Amino acid sequence: MATTALGHRAHAAAGHAEPTGIWSWITTVDHKRIGILYGTTAFMFFLMGGIEALLLRIQLGSPDNTFLSPTTYNELFTMHGTTMIFLAIMPISAAFFNFIIPLQIGARDVAFPRLNAFSYWVFLMGGLFLNVSWLFGAAPDTGWFGYANLTSRQYSPGINVDFWLFGLQILGVASLAAAVNFFTTVLNLRAPGMRLMRMPIFTWMSFITQVLLLLAFPVITVALILLMFDRFFGTNFYVPSGGGDPLLWQHLFWIFGHPEVYILILPAFGIISEILPVFSRKPLFGYAAMVFSGIFIAFLGFGVWSHHMFATGMGPIADTYFSLVTMLIAIPTGVKIFNWLGTAWGGSIQYKTPMYFALGFIAMFIIGGLSGVMHASPPADLQQTDTYFVVAHFHYVMFGGSIFGLVAGAYYWWPKMFGRVLNERLGKWHFWLMLIGFNVTFFPMHILGLNGMPRRVYTYPAGLGFETLNLLETIGAFILASSFAVFLYNIYRTWRGPRNAPADPWNGATLEWSIPSPPQEWNFAEVPVVHGRDPLWEAKRERSGPLPEPARVSGEGIHLPNPSYWPLVTALGLTAMMAGVMLIHHLGPWGILAGGAIMLFGIFNWVFEPAG
Amino acid sequence: MHLRIRALRLPRRVAFVLPLLLLFAAGCSPEHYPQTGLRPLSDYARIGDDIQNTTFYWAVGVFVLVEGALLYAIFRFRGKPDDPEPRQIHGNTAIEIIWTVVPALILAAIAVPTVRGIFETNAIPKGPEVLTVEVVGHQWWWEFRYPDLKLTTANELHIPVGQTVLVRMGSGDVIHSFWPPRFAGKRDVFPNRETRMWFKAEKAGEYPGQCAEFCGIEHGRMAFRVMAQTPDEFQAWVAHMQTLGPKRAAAAATDSVRTASAGAAVQTGKTPAAKPQAGGQDTAAAAQAAPPSDPAYAAGEKLFMAKGCVGCHSLQAVDAPKGMIGPNLANVGARTTIGAGSFKNTDETLARWIQNPQLLKQGVLMPNLGVTPDEAKSLVAFLRAHK
Repeated sequence: MATTALGHRAHAAAGHAEPTGIWSWITTVDHKRIGILYGTTAFMFFLMGGIEALLLRIQLGSPDNTFLSPTTYNELFTMHGTTMIFLAIMPISAAFFNFIIPLQIGARDVAFPRLNAFSYWVFLMGGLFLNVSWLFGAAPDTGWFGYANLTSRQYSPGINVDFWLFGLQILGVASLAAAVNFFTTVLNLRAPGMRLMRMPIFTWMSFITQVLLLLAFPVITVALILLMFDRFFGTNFYVPSGGGDPLLWQHLFWIFGHPEVYILILPAFGIISEILPVFSRKPLFGYAAMVFSGIFIAFLGFGVWSHHMFATGMGPIADTYFSLVTMLIAIPTGVKIFNWLGTAWGGSIQYKTPMYFALGFIAMFIIGGLSGVMHASPPADLQQTDTYFVVAHFHYVMFGGSIFGLVAGAYYWWPKMFGRVLNERLGKWHFWLMLIGFNVTFFPMHILGLNGMPRRVYTYPAGLGFETLNLLETIGAFILASSFAVFLYNIYRTWRGPRNAPADPWNGATLEWSIPSPPQEWNFAEVPVVHGRDPLWEAKRERSGPLPEPARVSGEGIHLPNPSYWPLVTALGLTAMMAGVMLIHHLGPWGILAGGAIMLFGIFNWVFEPAG
Repeated sequence: MHLRIRALRLPRRVAFVLPLLLLFAAGCSPEHYPQTGLRPLSDYARIGDDIQNTTFYWAVGVFVLVEGALLYAIFRFRGKPDDPEPRQIHGNTAIEIIWTVVPALILAAIAVPTVRGIFETNAIPKGPEVLTVEVVGHQWWWEFRYPDLKLTTANELHIPVGQTVLVRMGSGDVIHSFWPPRFAGKRDVFPNRETRMWFKAEKAGEYPGQCAEFCGIEHGRMAFRVMAQTPDEFQAWVAHMQTLGPKRAAAAATDSVRTASAGAAVQTGKTPAAKPQAGGQDTAAAAQAAPPSDPAYAAGEKLFMAKGCVGCHSLQAVDAPKGMIGPNLANVGARTTIGAGSFKNTDETLARWIQNPQLLKQGVLMPNLGVTPDEAKSLVAFLRAHK
């Protein structure tokens, strides 16, 4: 088997033709294809999460609405949050890590190509695992934060929480494997001359994200294992009647959960820090300040978790500490915003779609940041927490921030990824509909929250004054959805159009724009040598003009890793094993053993597969 | 030239937007929201509100400046593809220092009142003038106990205006969060630890509040009312509630009630008012001791036992048993809402609730007991008399 796979790829390299067909995608270890797989899958999940949000909004459009039952509503808001965080924003970011990081650092692939494929397959399985729960009528229903002791067997006897628990465990494996991979890739595979302080800022922010992943995910893994023990094997870590403490879960969850916020936003920071200089035709203002503020944010991100828990009554000393450190984070965040402004300031701004979204990001992120400072103060936060004010806040950060940034990245790198430039006119329609829809949906939530509307309620009675603005928000949600319909149409139209994007459509500064669009399998025919932060601008300046379109070459003699399906087999085994634990009371140990055997079989063959 | 035309056109646009903004601002007014957190009615809530206002004004200032700078840059630095390359600036250390230090100073301006507020809100009031209330969260209703008055009620918290109330909280099952927005921010309610908040209400009235921590299916319908009453009204309420003791124990109750009521008067620090109250309540106790002669009442009373209602609901406010699964019903007839602040307490709704609680509040722990419409009518008559 392995030799067949070897022959397949070797043939491709010799014959200069990219492998095609479904099998070539299933066995791919090419970081670009894996990036596209990540992006496509995550975008599907994003659309699902969006549909879930629309259903929630319909339910909340009028008071005492019975469009959704309370159970369905609770399932939908749980899955909306879980989907958007773990199945949309994180993997869309991963799509960019995959496709862009090796190109930006002048590498031919990631450090561990098969591990990369494994990460993707595990992510896919985890996403399917979570969503299969719908088919069993048992979608998770205790919130993406799954607070103990509501998640205990006593209060959640169904299989809903189990789907969530094991789904997140599976996804955690994907995230950790990917983090190890990109951490190593960035440290070890940079082109000659690319010192750390010459690294493109997107790669920098992504690198910091990998560190956060590596340090934060073990915590949620442990927290979930304890929950699994409680639910399956009768331990009492979070069960008060057995001497456990539900508050322990909150601490563990937020020790993971707050760094997670930066895992979601730092890649977007990186993306717009790439876009702003290119479309302002001016280098990034304060590169070093940008790098170090990112590091500082990530570092402090591990010391503020309890600001999610001010209402638990931790006492004045803990409240003071967590409040002050939270405020401290505003300083490096502010530094970032000011440096973005400094980048645009005095530039010659080219108004292309990626720049629209990048500027939209800054405008929206400022609002999310400021409302964040507002709930850094516990006495004030006690009113704000668990209301729609918080829903507004984190949507301004996660949507106004992360999603705007990721969409900006999609428009920016689309030509590089697919060899086609997305339509500008449709792109701007997308932008304006998204900006307006987003604000109509989420801005009124600030007002409702401060005026007493709590989160996570499946309905509200008439007479509390919540009717009008909720209806407005529901209308806004549909405007927002329509913006993504425009995006889908844009993708379709572009896909039907010619594949004629030049290597460097935007006058880019970084290495990915020096190679053909889309890049050939080996990325760089010759490994580039880097002499500065904006290598491509420097090259163009030397020539006093644009670079010639790079030729597509045969790539003969370039070593490429072999395609392999063992990562997929291993991922399947892992998922089956997790499902086996979940069904242990029905299947006995057999599910675990079968899944474990498949996984070990996959690992074994993976290890002894010829390297090519 | 180009810029000036833009500037001239701007006011017309603003004029168009202005009425819309005003309309929006009117929609924002806290007066439209009975459950608002922006109109504090207690000393405790004012501490948070003051800090929130301080932070808000700073945030608005920063918002205007930074978004203004962004908009300025967006319009001012618009370039064309064939424009010459702008000056290549890589940064400026002095500017970096300024925009690090200035936000730090603004944050310090927020941090100082914040820390003061943290310590003020965490200082638990003590003393004889403090009225202690115990709040117990249940899936999905609220139990309120007055340990010094030996009273228990549900979903409607009566408090006196002008007296500091210390709220000691716990949960009977999962984590909830107690939130009476006009009087205080949230404080989570745990099954294994006591949490506290305190406040002194400033104005009498009926104020909604609700659970603010997701606690299962019916988290959305776990509301309550705070009935802030003048000291006299509160005294009268306490005196009345203390007649709702163990049934038929009227004779014995009269004595103990009188003592308890005197205790209550000490609590409020209004000893002179206590005497007439105590005098007035003997008659109330007597009235309660003799059940109404209505046959529906008698039938309802039987059904209350036969259908097993009594297994989960207590009908006595005084010395009520702890750990009941369902809300205390001693004064259910007088409550404004049923289903934990969810529905108006009309005879019709109460009857519907008794026949099929799941229809009104899906997932509620009260089972469908197969009560017929006629039986429901009797039960309503029985419960209605419990006020």
